[in-house]
Amino acid sequence: MQIEFKHVTHSYESNNPMSGLGLADVSCTINSGKFTAIVGKTGSGKSTLVRHINALLKPTSGEILVGERKITSETNNKNLKPLRKNVGMVFQFPESQLFEDTVEKDIMFGPQNFGVPEKDAKEAAQEMIDVVGLGSEYLQKSPFDLSGGQMRRVAIAGVLASDPETIILDEPTAGLDPVGRKEIMDLFKEQQKNGKTIILITHNMDDVANYADEMMVMHDSQIVASGTPKAVFNDQELLDKNYLTLPQSAIFAQKLQAKNFHFDQLPITISELTTEIKQQIHGD
Amino acid sequence: MPGDSLIYRLDPRVKFLITFYFIGIVFLANNVASYAFLMVFVLFAVLVSKVNFIFFIKGLRPMFWLILFTVVLQAFFTPSNHPIWHWSFLTLSKEGLVIATYIFMRFILIIFISTLLTLTTTPIEISDSIESILKPLRVIKFPVTQVALMLSIALRFVPLLIDETTKIMDAQRARGVDFGEGGLIKRIKAFVPILIPLFVSSFSIAYDLAIAMESRGYKDGQGRSKYRVLQWSMRDNWTIVFMAGVTIILLFLRSY
Repeated sequence: MQIEFKHVTHSYESNNPMSGLGLADVSCTINSGKFTAIVGKTGSGKSTLVRHINALLKPTSGEILVGERKITSETNNKNLKPLRKNVGMVFQFPESQLFEDTVEKDIMFGPQNFGVPEKDAKEAAQEMIDVVGLGSEYLQKSPFDLSGGQMRRVAIAGVLASDPETIILDEPTAGLDPVGRKEIMDLFKEQQKNGKTIILITHNMDDVANYADEMMVMHDSQIVASGTPKAVFNDQELLDKNYLTLPQSAIFAQKLQAKNFHFDQLPITISELTTEIKQQIHGD
Repeated sequence: MPGDSLIYRLDPRVKFLITFYFIGIVFLANNVASYAFLMVFVLFAVLVSKVNFIFFIKGLRPMFWLILFTVVLQAFFTPSNHPIWHWSFLTLSKEGLVIATYIFMRFILIIFISTLLTLTTTPIEISDSIESILKPLRVIKFPVTQVALMLSIALRFVPLLIDETTKIMDAQRARGVDFGEGGLIKRIKAFVPILIPLFVSSFSIAYDLAIAMESRGYKDGQGRSKYRVLQWSMRDNWTIVFMAGVTIILLFLRSY
């Protein structure tokens, strides 16, 4: 499902002249089946952008195409279910959305809202609890008895259970330990391999370098750059303007440059970095 | 509402007490002259405050139906021997209309004066002044500082809970909850997925706050110094004198 923004502007509280601009004339395309990362400082409009994709927010002007579905300022609040079924959203600290008395019921909540029969929703819960790395013994527990990390996994299972074509992730790994973080990110990469489109908002540049196919940089309610992570992280102008920071490997490479190493393009992942270093040590 | 004028600069305790005092004396008015006098007083206070009049009209809006209901009830259900218009149990009379007008005036006066208080005084100033006013109750072991602390924490939590609610609503809408669709039962049911997470997170926020306060050495029942010190000045004395004058004129104008 391709997602296309056409000159989308969003201002908060449109009747107030002092209103903050959330998005200023944003146009972009998010390709089907890709893993797209959106980065930018706090308040740059990342969350506002993605909330338009499932019509939690509507544009003040412009339009968004999600597959066949068009969202404009006049879009009615009714009949949004098909859209929201297809666009799953994992919010920041999604564990705060849990409310049922068992994990199973909570995972079934989304699918049942979208009209999936109880039996199928139960199966989806069975399947998804495994996908997020918890065993089926967790299904009958209360979500409030779990640890923070486990609650996060249950919440993610609840979103995946509706089988959305596009999954939007708003800093899904904030506050997790490094191992948990990697497991969760690998889980989403796996979902992409199953044909889903992934949109990730993050402040972690290593996640961008390791997982994303495409990236967009937002600044002051606008998209200031987009392309492959490799190209964007090598855009000196963006770095000079302080719009983004580099992944660890690229920072390391920069330091090596001062010690007479040479990189045509900064390596952004550890494997790229080690290959380059090996070549330069043995090659000379 | 930020701003600067005589009313803004008054000690919040004076404003708070005068507002309640005024609401009390509104009930002393009982004829056209006294109501007109009180109206002039309120409009004068509004003028002095330099707050845009539109905000006062807006303050009326949430009370509109209550005012309308009360006024209509008074107008049609006041028993009278000289009805102007009569239909089954409904009676419209001169007395009824007069009483309805008085009730209407009372509403306007009380809403305007309390709007004036809330527009020119920050919530934290109000809670500070409640603490200061309640201070004498310490004699009977009333926990004044704790009550004031509860008040200011409650006020602090309002924007926090609004944020939290929007967040949770968004999350559940993304999972296919439709608010404002279907019958009454369905609509009430749609709020369960909001209320439970909201309860859970309020408790955890409250718990975090308690820990944070304790770790910064908060201990209850100790003599604490104040960051915002309320200062009683000459203009506060004059305001009280002025209010005494208003009361005397009011007592003179009302009929017995």
